[in-house]
Amino acid sequence: MADCLVVLVPGAEQPSRSELAAVGFGRQVAEQLGGHCDVLLLGPQASACGQAVAAYGIGKALVADHPDLAQPTGEALAAAIAHVASAADYRLIAASATTIARDCFPRAAARLKAPMASDVVEIGQCSADVLRFTKPCFSGNLLEELELHGSTALATCRASAFEPPAASDASADVQTIQLPEKLAHPRKRFVEAKRTPLERPELTEADVVVSGGRGTKGDFTPLEELADVLGAAIGASRAVVDAGWLPNDFQVGQTGKVVAPKLYIACGISGAIQHLAGMRNSKVIVAINKDPNAPIFEVADYGLVADLFDAVPKLTAAFRAARQEQGAAS
Amino acid sequence: MKILATIKRTPQRDTRMKLTADGELITDQVQYEVNPFDELAVEEALRIRDKVGGEVVALSVGSAAASEQLQTALAMGADRALRVEFENGLDPLQIATALADAIRRESPDLVLCGKLAIDDENGQVPLMVAELLDWPHASFASKVELDADAKKAQVTCEVDGGLEVVEIELPGVITTDLRLNEPRYASLPGILRAKKKPSDVIAGSEIADMPEPALRVTGYRQLPPREQGEIVESAEELAEKLIAKNLV
Repeated sequence: MADCLVVLVPGAEQPSRSELAAVGFGRQVAEQLGGHCDVLLLGPQASACGQAVAAYGIGKALVADHPDLAQPTGEALAAAIAHVASAADYRLIAASATTIARDCFPRAAARLKAPMASDVVEIGQCSADVLRFTKPCFSGNLLEELELHGSTALATCRASAFEPPAASDASADVQTIQLPEKLAHPRKRFVEAKRTPLERPELTEADVVVSGGRGTKGDFTPLEELADVLGAAIGASRAVVDAGWLPNDFQVGQTGKVVAPKLYIACGISGAIQHLAGMRNSKVIVAINKDPNAPIFEVADYGLVADLFDAVPKLTAAFRAARQEQGAAS
Repeated sequence: MKILATIKRTPQRDTRMKLTADGELITDQVQYEVNPFDELAVEEALRIRDKVGGEVVALSVGSAAASEQLQTALAMGADRALRVEFENGLDPLQIATALADAIRRESPDLVLCGKLAIDDENGQVPLMVAELLDWPHASFASKVELDADAKKAQVTCEVDGGLEVVEIELPGVITTDLRLNEPRYASLPGILRAKKKPSDVIAGSEIADMPEPALRVTGYRQLPPREQGEIVESAEELAEKLIAKNLV
């Protein structure tokens, strides 16, 4: 048997794009192996989300909740994943490379004595003996080709590199499974979560991202106005986060979030390699920068050498006018 | 308090690594440094030691070349260096096995690790170490508040969507994120003192239960190039083009 298991820790009743992208990744590998792709859903939303995920061409949905998963720690998730994996015979256990997965997959891998690939962006030739994946390395400057040997392996995938599968009318079985009585580590305690309030779409889920760098001098007002007209998410370079102008979860880059929206508008961003690593797979990249030699122009489809405080309000006005015209015409 | 900081020798940040026509990494011109995230780990270890007292040990798994980076940690202020001797090319679980073995010998109260090494970018080893030792961990730390008497650490973790605070009872493993601190530079006296500090080596053959390699890097590739873009003359022209392409 050569099946795959995709792990979700859903935050809502409906799966997010990034969760479905992981299902897409698992299905592609399972297809090569001639097996199916099951989905393990953990936590309070598991059952409801399992019903929704069952429509995405999967083998079966395994759902489990547990007191230790109410505010799940990496230790508890790793214990749950390893428990399910050792009871079955999955060739690959996969998830989207969120901070939740980064916080539990390596522990689960060590527990299962299995190899792991991080941030997979391409699937190579896979068989029951060896899985082949490609991932970025060296600040996203190169790609590394990997082979994973053994009977079980783990992988996290970049959600931006895989397409969510299409939903169908056929629905897979949803099975509730039992987890061991103790999952959490006795010496770890969840204290509190401080969520950044979201006024705009989530960075990794948005179709359009308006991103600012050092050139904003900390004033994101023109970018926010542009983002509001476009229904876009706001992103930032590491310089912005380091300066304390925006919280870390706005950061796009190798050490922040990796995005691939339809349109990425970089304003006052020079384009350090670690930033490019986080956005270079966007479909269309627009760069606005005063410095004609900024490396960001090397990856831009459209470049404008200008002061963002001059250019961005003009863009906003032009888009607003175009929207109104569209509205009047329809 | 005994604190251990793990260190990896990685190419200097912002190095654009290149390949030969055969896809081999070109390394002759490359300068190396302490992996930036591990530098944060060393700094945090020093700050904790300077506050509550104790000892900081810098630990690396690698060839003799990694001694240079351990020297940097000593020059920053670490008290001792320890290297587990292996040629490069171990996979993450093997590195974690070597580290966990060395950590058992040292039995520190706290292990600080960079959340990621900027060469392979796997981000696996620290949590594998924690699992092999059956210790709790806290990932992506932007703040560590240590209660040395109660042997507890409250850690603020940078996660998707905001921050999470967790508490671990020591011993435990903490991985560092960018905003944890600003690492100090090694001073000249620090560099001179470093040469006299103890530096030990554990032979790779002494490491127990070393697994077979199961993750192999078989090659490197360039990123697919992006098509050459165009430079537009004005914001108005840019807006027209994006509207014409139905992008907005």
